[in-house]
Amino acid sequence: MALKDITLGQYFPGTSLIHRLDPRTKLIAVLLYIIALFVAKSFFSYGIVFAVLTLAISVSRVPFKSIVQGLKPVVFIVMITALLNLFYTPGEHEIFSFWIFTVHFEGVLSAFFMMMRILMLIAGTFLLTYTTSPIMLTDGLESLLNPLKKIRVPVHELAMMMSIALRFIPTLIEETDKIMSAQRARGADFESGNLLQRAKSLLPILVPLFISAFRRADELAIAMECRCYHGGEGRTRLRQLKYRRADWTVILFFLTFTAVVWALGRLGL
Amino acid sequence: MEAILETKQLSHVYSAGTPFEHGALMDVDFTAYRGEYLGIIGHTGSGKSTLIQHLNGLLKPTSGQILFDGQDIWSDHATTRQTRFQVGLVFQYPEYQLFEETVYKDIAFGPKNMGLDEKEVDRRVRQAASFVGLHDDQMEKSPFELSGGQKRRVAIAGVIAMEPKVLILDEPTAGLDPVGVESILSNIRDYHNANRATIILVSHSMEEMARTVDRLVVVNNGQIPFQGSPRSVFQHGAELEEMGLGVPQMTRVFHRLRSLGVDIDPSVYTIAQAKAAILAKRGGL
Repeated sequence: MALKDITLGQYFPGTSLIHRLDPRTKLIAVLLYIIALFVAKSFFSYGIVFAVLTLAISVSRVPFKSIVQGLKPVVFIVMITALLNLFYTPGEHEIFSFWIFTVHFEGVLSAFFMMMRILMLIAGTFLLTYTTSPIMLTDGLESLLNPLKKIRVPVHELAMMMSIALRFIPTLIEETDKIMSAQRARGADFESGNLLQRAKSLLPILVPLFISAFRRADELAIAMECRCYHGGEGRTRLRQLKYRRADWTVILFFLTFTAVVWALGRLGL
Repeated sequence: MEAILETKQLSHVYSAGTPFEHGALMDVDFTAYRGEYLGIIGHTGSGKSTLIQHLNGLLKPTSGQILFDGQDIWSDHATTRQTRFQVGLVFQYPEYQLFEETVYKDIAFGPKNMGLDEKEVDRRVRQAASFVGLHDDQMEKSPFELSGGQKRRVAIAGVIAMEPKVLILDEPTAGLDPVGVESILSNIRDYHNANRATIILVSHSMEEMARTVDRLVVVNNGQIPFQGSPRSVFQHGAELEEMGLGVPQMTRVFHRLRSLGVDIDPSVYTIAQAKAAILAKRGGL
């Protein structure tokens, strides 16, 4: 498997309704979705959240397979969390026990919910990065955080840093891939040996990678200065963000959705 | 002639099952013969880089076979690894893969991975260094202190030190000044002559190819439309231009002369050949 195949929340080009939404709308929707996910308490409300997620995925036309692929790296964390919840949730309905472990019915339930919560959280946020190009995402973030400028938060600089970082993820992955191939062509072996040997075998990748990252950073800084970049002050944009009707509809939909899930939680459902 | 490296109906598809899916190679039958100096030419994105990464087992074919000395290189893990030592691959801009503290250690990385003893490693490092014209006093320097051209020599020496039977170089002269280009090409020629090694040179400079290789393989859209001697390949001038490759300047001049009505053989590609052809036309001086 080539490194390139790893999806790090990469942008998935498309023209679906979700792709065309204003990035701020999507950010707000994801935020509301996360709130809903954390106030959901019952099978019923989890069901609603799940339905909304499935709806969003199907509207976005991002292949279901890619979403699952994106979830793979967190499986380990999810398992640990589930196990901890399984054994450490106190309750009354004991299912079985061995040695110092006791499993309660409540534990099974809480482990299941926690698992669903993490998986759905990641799937939802992935959908955001799958359907929004990094540039749009940071534009949206900058615009949403703009009020913070009043209390001297360097919003523009943070957004610029973020967009540069995001911009370079694929480049660095490609670079890593190339360096790995080059070292493999010289007989480097990254797959065998014990932990120490494997860590050592990463050196021929990391050294060139760091050097090239610094070189790129240097070149980028010079290129930006050559084009008179001097921070956010007085800077205008080529792409103006604008809320459309679809955006208001989506925001309203998510507000209602989160309110419903919250109300259900209050009602103990 | 005896084949040393062959591909049989080699196909490769990148990112299968995503919107980025594209076939880089389609049913490619490629052969490199023992001891020849072969050129692969193709436009950016033609599939030439994908092809060469299959030749030493860095990429696994989606379908088809790669044979080294008649043996399928993917038949088992050990064979694949052995092939990487037998078929040396120098990537484009190889200077970006240097990592060791000293030039010597960097060149020794390949031979050490082969499991050779220290004496043999030392012999190979020194020999490889002399092939690319590195001096002894440079061996203990950090590779990062060297100039760009010298770094590239170190990187090429790092592959030559494995003494591969087939040496593949992807655009080894990219970004070098004319003097650097000449000296790298002559270093490669020295290695070719000394070890009777097969050389596969990848480039998109027709001039460079015309001067150096015995045989040319043209890669376009994941296929091989033409191959043969430079002379025979350059006869497809119009098709090559369509692929964005063009023919050497001399060939173009002679094609032009012919279309202007001069009765002259247009299959020349070097200045020496051009001179001979013109002299022959004038019936000597």
